[in-house]
Amino acid sequence: MDDPLSLLFLVAAATLRTATPLILCAMGGLFSERSGIIDVGLEGKMLMAAFFAAGVAATTDSAWWGVLAAIAAAEVLALLHGLACITYRGNQVVSGVAINIIAAGLTVVWGTAWFERGGQTPALEGGERLLPLFFPRAGDNILVYVALLSVPLTWWIVTRTRFGLRLRAVGEMPLAVDSAGISVPWLRYRAVLLCGLFSGLAGAYIAIAQNAGFSRDMTAGQGFIALAAVIFGKWRPFPAFGACLMFGLLDAVAIRLQGVRVPGIGEVPVQLIQSLPYLLTMFLLAGFIGRAVAPKAIGIPYEKEH
Amino acid sequence: MSGSGEPRSQQHEKKGRRVTLSRRPLPAWADIVLLPLVNVALAFLTVGIIVRIIGVDPFHALELLVAGAIGSPESIGYTLYYATNFIFTGLAVAVAFHGGLFNIGGEGQAYLGGLGCGLAILALDRYLPIWLMIPVGIIAAALFGAAWAAVPAWLQAWRGSHIVITTIMFNFVASALMVYLMVNVLIAPGSMTPQSRGFEPSAFLPQMGGNALNLSLLLALACCVAVWVFLWHTPWGYALRTMGHNPEAAVYAGTNLRHMTMLAMCISGGLAGFVGVNELMGVHHRIVLDFPAGYGFAGIAVALMGRNHPFGIALAALLFGALQQGGAELVFEIPKITRETVVLIQGLVILFSGALVQLPRPWLQALFSFRRS
Amino acid sequence: MTAPAIELSGIDKSFGSVHAVRGVSLAIEKGAITGIIGENGAGKSTLMSILYGLYRADAGEIRVDGKPVQMEGPRDAIRHGIGMVHQHFMLIDSFTVLENLILGAEGGPMLAAGLAAARAELARLSRDYGLTVDPDAKIADLSVGEQQRVEILKVLFRGARILILDEPSAVLTPQETDQLFRILATLKERGVTIVLITHKLREIMAATDRVFVMRQGQMVAERRTVDTDAEELAELMVGRKVRLHVDKAAPRRGEVRLKAEHLGLVDERGVRLLDDVGLELRSGEIVGIAGVSGNGQTELLQVLAGIRRPSNGRLVVCGRTIDAGHPGDPAEMRDLGVAHVPEDRQRQGMVAAFRASETSILGYHELPPFSQHYLLNGPAVGAHCARLMERFDVRPRVPGLRSSNFSGGNQQKLVLAREMARDPKVLLVGQPTRGVDIGAIEFIHRELVKSRDAGCAVLVVSVELDEILSLADRILVMFAGRIVGEVDGSRADERTLGLMMAGARWERGSPEPLMKRGEHRP
Repeated sequence: MDDPLSLLFLVAAATLRTATPLILCAMGGLFSERSGIIDVGLEGKMLMAAFFAAGVAATTDSAWWGVLAAIAAAEVLALLHGLACITYRGNQVVSGVAINIIAAGLTVVWGTAWFERGGQTPALEGGERLLPLFFPRAGDNILVYVALLSVPLTWWIVTRTRFGLRLRAVGEMPLAVDSAGISVPWLRYRAVLLCGLFSGLAGAYIAIAQNAGFSRDMTAGQGFIALAAVIFGKWRPFPAFGACLMFGLLDAVAIRLQGVRVPGIGEVPVQLIQSLPYLLTMFLLAGFIGRAVAPKAIGIPYEKEH
Repeated sequence: MSGSGEPRSQQHEKKGRRVTLSRRPLPAWADIVLLPLVNVALAFLTVGIIVRIIGVDPFHALELLVAGAIGSPESIGYTLYYATNFIFTGLAVAVAFHGGLFNIGGEGQAYLGGLGCGLAILALDRYLPIWLMIPVGIIAAALFGAAWAAVPAWLQAWRGSHIVITTIMFNFVASALMVYLMVNVLIAPGSMTPQSRGFEPSAFLPQMGGNALNLSLLLALACCVAVWVFLWHTPWGYALRTMGHNPEAAVYAGTNLRHMTMLAMCISGGLAGFVGVNELMGVHHRIVLDFPAGYGFAGIAVALMGRNHPFGIALAALLFGALQQGGAELVFEIPKITRETVVLIQGLVILFSGALVQLPRPWLQALFSFRRS
Repeated sequence: MTAPAIELSGIDKSFGSVHAVRGVSLAIEKGAITGIIGENGAGKSTLMSILYGLYRADAGEIRVDGKPVQMEGPRDAIRHGIGMVHQHFMLIDSFTVLENLILGAEGGPMLAAGLAAARAELARLSRDYGLTVDPDAKIADLSVGEQQRVEILKVLFRGARILILDEPSAVLTPQETDQLFRILATLKERGVTIVLITHKLREIMAATDRVFVMRQGQMVAERRTVDTDAEELAELMVGRKVRLHVDKAAPRRGEVRLKAEHLGLVDERGVRLLDDVGLELRSGEIVGIAGVSGNGQTELLQVLAGIRRPSNGRLVVCGRTIDAGHPGDPAEMRDLGVAHVPEDRQRQGMVAAFRASETSILGYHELPPFSQHYLLNGPAVGAHCARLMERFDVRPRVPGLRSSNFSGGNQQKLVLAREMARDPKVLLVGQPTRGVDIGAIEFIHRELVKSRDAGCAVLVVSVELDEILSLADRILVMFAGRIVGEVDGSRADERTLGLMMAGARWERGSPEPLMKRGEHRP
């Protein structure tokens, strides 16, 4: 059964499966970062969303309520991040880090209080999950297609709409936006909320589509890989999508390569492959493979004078 | 934006616009002492609510927390032992902050520091007496931690790569590297868990008080003094602070920005590396995985709360250490409170004292205006 | 009589303890060009920011076309037809002209329609007002004059009938400034009301119909421009008779301290910033470099001070030869006896957050007596600062005070004091009196002359022609990175210098002359 075509299909399917949460998170992160708000908390939002997706799906026997709950949970954290960064002009990296830690703790605390399984949710079955649509073995559930659609959608919003123009402007020079009479905080809050939406979908995918329930720390760093993809894609939707696919491919391949001897090198350490997204992003940032220029005003809280 | 401890890269550039003064500044002591305390109080309030929701009496929990932290000589010992790590990572972040650099690679630098220390010990502990082995271990920790910080520093100084992103990335690379090394290279023969062979007694840092607390506390305090002297009483510290406030002025003053960036980050990485000294030489006496355990990230909050000053950092580190120890006791005493609850508490403290710093400001300003009138 | 376009009554504004605007009332006539003049810190920018809704006044009323209005933000101002062209452009570098134009006035949630409409409107505005610019050009690729045109277009695009311009000529060449005033005249013909904020007497006299003088937050005088002259306005601005010239004896020149030969500088994009610059600086003289900002003076200072290395040519300073292969650095230049008062003191010359004592050793912090045995000597630093403050009358005399709490003039005096304290052989000074009140200006000029008389070789770079004319023994003019002319200080006049500054050559016919004092446009 190992003819090249079906192998290719399997690899492609595996890539897409692993890349889907990355793509969703990356699009969300892109909105936030283009508006000037660094978001290191993609991981935490995704984790919280995953937990609530699984928990609510189990309780209501409906995957769709799970998805809604996931989005709501991610939005709550997104609002918190927005509050800290926009309204209170706090340190954006610290806020993101704090949200990750809070999510890691809260999901288990709440989970234990809710289900008393040491942080896990009950295994989901049937209608509580999002199941594959066309190719049962490929795992193409609706969220995969949503993720694929989210890329051109994001591109269109950012480049072809008024909101997108203002979004890009506020990430470059919020002062210009402010003196044009546009509210900088409202613009940034909307960006942050969009980020929450996509992170929520990503979390829902992990818990109730890709897997059958929530277990502690299940996001396993994918939020950070999504951030790396945004940067690697130079804050643009399609290149970021490409980066997500590449990182997804690496992840899919890493598992297959475990134990396999590559001629000339010997056994490739799985940890090396796991670090590749980060190492590649660092190479890019070092300017060895092109330049990545961040939105000019990123990370700088905007202070309006009265 | 006095007292917010923001690095230069995070300050709003005021091109031709006047800074608002209608936001009355608080008296200095309020900004430095009162505000952080209010931040922590708010964090505790939030935790209390959550704790109540899961069915535990928050006041009882608070009592146990405080007793667990400072109730007995043993618990004080543990509190100080945890505080030691927070001092190292807090100082690391602060030194970099003063140069305008945001070093969030403390986790990775701590990890590598431990690796360096461990490697030196594994190589030499059978041959060196304790009074040589310990300094060698300490120096190795500093060198490896500095080296791990040097790469992002070089990328920032020579290639303009944003140091926030590169240091985050490097944390993950450090983690992967350590797992690989521990599982494949350094694992003690016949061991089931990834850890190295035990150190010889020549590498054991003397204890202070009978359990985890060890001499690295003194190293931490010495570092506090050294950082204070360096930053405010040496020409290099002066140049570093100039660069942090105003890179153009630093160039004007004859400072080489690239060299200064490397220096700042290497000192920072070295300080973070000392966590390895405390953990490996002081407590575990072997190389283990996961010993940085969040100290690097918490160090950011410690630095912010301590307003990037060694004295403030020492106090903030004490608070965080008490929290950690008290939290461990809580987990022990109350079944409903798990390890993750302590994680949650830490996250909230970091949130309130690092990101929502200005939240209580309007109330405090109102308070002081009222008192003034 | 039609209602005034704008009427401000009793406007009052404080920032903490700084009372920036005190009970100002004024009326701006419709369809006229009104100037508001005052020194830095007089409150004119704050006043206009209040009008534009960027600040909220503590007291007072604003009326537009006779109707009282509330200005909560720029949105309200724009709605009432008020547009502001800021000193620091609010343009997004990576956007095109069109995109910057429609930001905030996109005309709908989708961009396509808005962009098309804007393109058409831009064409119309260009025809009507003569403001031509390429709609698809990226802002980063435009010249400063063109960028300012985009700012004006932005404002007109939103239907502004009242234009406020804040120090518009600060970054323009004289040619571009004349062009700007022609545009303003055209706008006036079309019925646009214009308010010009400036501290330049020459512009008020050249372009305005009426002028209001502000001093220390108050409105002190109102004149019709035809009825007044530069001297009267200067006196009103300052409150006393002002000497616009420095008394100085003839220079006693000594040996050559600094010599530049064929100095050239090319930046990393290949743009030539300095082109075959040659100059000689002797002890005991003041050489002034005149020119509009942006013609290479900044770069020249940077090369002379060791901050940048020259791409070609060489520089000989007190015996040391510096060229592309043997670059200097600021520390080394200081060792050679070169002191540098930078053009932008806020960004280069001092650290706002440092105490005055720390600022007083910037650049000298590694030298004894400030540093000994690898440690800073606190008491020595404090004593040094106190001495500097005494000698240069820096107020308040508190070495422990944060540098940002000193006024512009006192900051500059501190920086100057620091650089002159070690009796340098060469003193490079950039924009010595930018943002400095007139009292301090006189002091600084006197000190520079004193230094010259003591044997120092002084190089002064300034965009203020008056300053160059009063200080310099020899004047060099820079244009487009080259030295285009040298004139003896006692024989120079504005007209000649202005022509050189604008890059005009003697052989060609005479271009538009600069306005002399007392003259004004009909």
